[in-house]
Amino acid sequence: MHSTAYITRFVLIMTTIVAMVLAFLSFGLKPIHKKNEAVYNKKAILSAIADQLEGDYTKMTDDEVQGIFDKNITQEVINMEGTVLGSEDVIAAGYPGGRAEDIDMRKEKKKSDEDRIFPIYTYTKADGEKLYILSVVGNGLWDAIWGNIALKSDKNTIAGVAFDHAGETPGLGAEIKDNQAWVDQFKGKSIYDEQGNFVSVDVKKAGGTKNLPHAVDGITGATITADGVDAMLEDGLEFYEPFLKKNN
Amino acid sequence: MAETTVKEKKSGLSFGKAERKLLTDPLNDNNPITVQVLGICSALAVTTLLNKAIVMAIAVVFVTAFANLITSLLRTYIPKQVRMIVQLVIIAFLVTVVELTLKAVSYPIYKELSVFIGLIITNCIVMGRLEAFAMANNAYKSFLDGLGNGFGYGIILIMIAAIREFFGKGSLLNFKIIGSGSEYLIDTNTSMLFGWYEPNVLMVLFPSAMFVIGVLIWIQRSWNKKLVDIS
Repeated sequence: MHSTAYITRFVLIMTTIVAMVLAFLSFGLKPIHKKNEAVYNKKAILSAIADQLEGDYTKMTDDEVQGIFDKNITQEVINMEGTVLGSEDVIAAGYPGGRAEDIDMRKEKKKSDEDRIFPIYTYTKADGEKLYILSVVGNGLWDAIWGNIALKSDKNTIAGVAFDHAGETPGLGAEIKDNQAWVDQFKGKSIYDEQGNFVSVDVKKAGGTKNLPHAVDGITGATITADGVDAMLEDGLEFYEPFLKKNN
Repeated sequence: MAETTVKEKKSGLSFGKAERKLLTDPLNDNNPITVQVLGICSALAVTTLLNKAIVMAIAVVFVTAFANLITSLLRTYIPKQVRMIVQLVIIAFLVTVVELTLKAVSYPIYKELSVFIGLIITNCIVMGRLEAFAMANNAYKSFLDGLGNGFGYGIILIMIAAIREFFGKGSLLNFKIIGSGSEYLIDTNTSMLFGWYEPNVLMVLFPSAMFVIGVLIWIQRSWNKKLVDIS
């Protein structure tokens, strides 16, 4: 049996050593972690316009991704009224970086509607055509889902989408990210009807939506996740309406 | 001959029959998952895709081996009254190292695995080996025992993941083999032989891991008679 003094000493020394090593490691790796996270988030945005890019974005190096963001993408932040905010307003909203890419959509969702701010990325293609990438967030079956929606220069037709999720079931709900054929259905659909009213894109259970302008097929076995995508698009895209309408 | 064996024993780093047994025993006769039935929770959770299972297996091999090594080196100093807490600190330390490293090396995989990497701390295999082996054996033997148990866990994990990914999604390591769509090697829409094939969605759900483990135990026991309880 060891004495209490020995045990105390042992535990103190041990925890101090462990804490110091971990703190050192965490501090040392922090720049790499931050960079990885930034590139990961940027690739998520690029995945919405994957087929508009030259080359495969999944194979791009970190610098190439950063290069596209520096050269071809302008990022702006808007509020509920569609007004473009300056970086001081973004900092005031709780993002010290002050840029659109610093915005945490899941954090924004918890705010009241009038306080929310939204990132918008404008990608300019080599031929001068502009694509607008909007970010949306919602709830799946188990946890949050989110996505980036790219609109063509008419601010109506969808050029591409990319969704991601925190914990949907692999093979079922997770198909919103993994099943490229399902994701590709969104291309060419439009979010406004002919009168210019906002209708969003519905995820329909019944299927047979190929020729409908405002609907896509659901996913077998993932009704709740698909409904989540449906609600996310309807709520999320509506927030961008003032901005989309304003500059038309 | 006699002289060399004596020399080897003195160095303490010899690799003889006993040492090999430490490495190979957990692969079959004393497998942590199929024989001791430990570490089942992570075996269910991270085996939907093969690449996830491989990363998890590497992480567990690292943690069991080094947790065993550190615990064994400290075993004469660790006060018996608080040994469990001390072991837990060692495991938590190593798991945090793995987590930080993975976050720096492969961020997308870290994103997919994150919570399960953290849960290695509560993986009964690690704690079990520290308490049962590392507290009573020297550092070299403990390290081998840790490696062996990590491999024993990893090999089952990889087998389950390969079965689940192939039958559930028709792919291995995300290389698409069989399914409906032109990106698959065998496209069930056009193939004459495999037109009937449908991936089994049950395989990507958690219960299927239970069935697969059960079947693996069954196969192992019908082949390895040592494991069958005679009474």
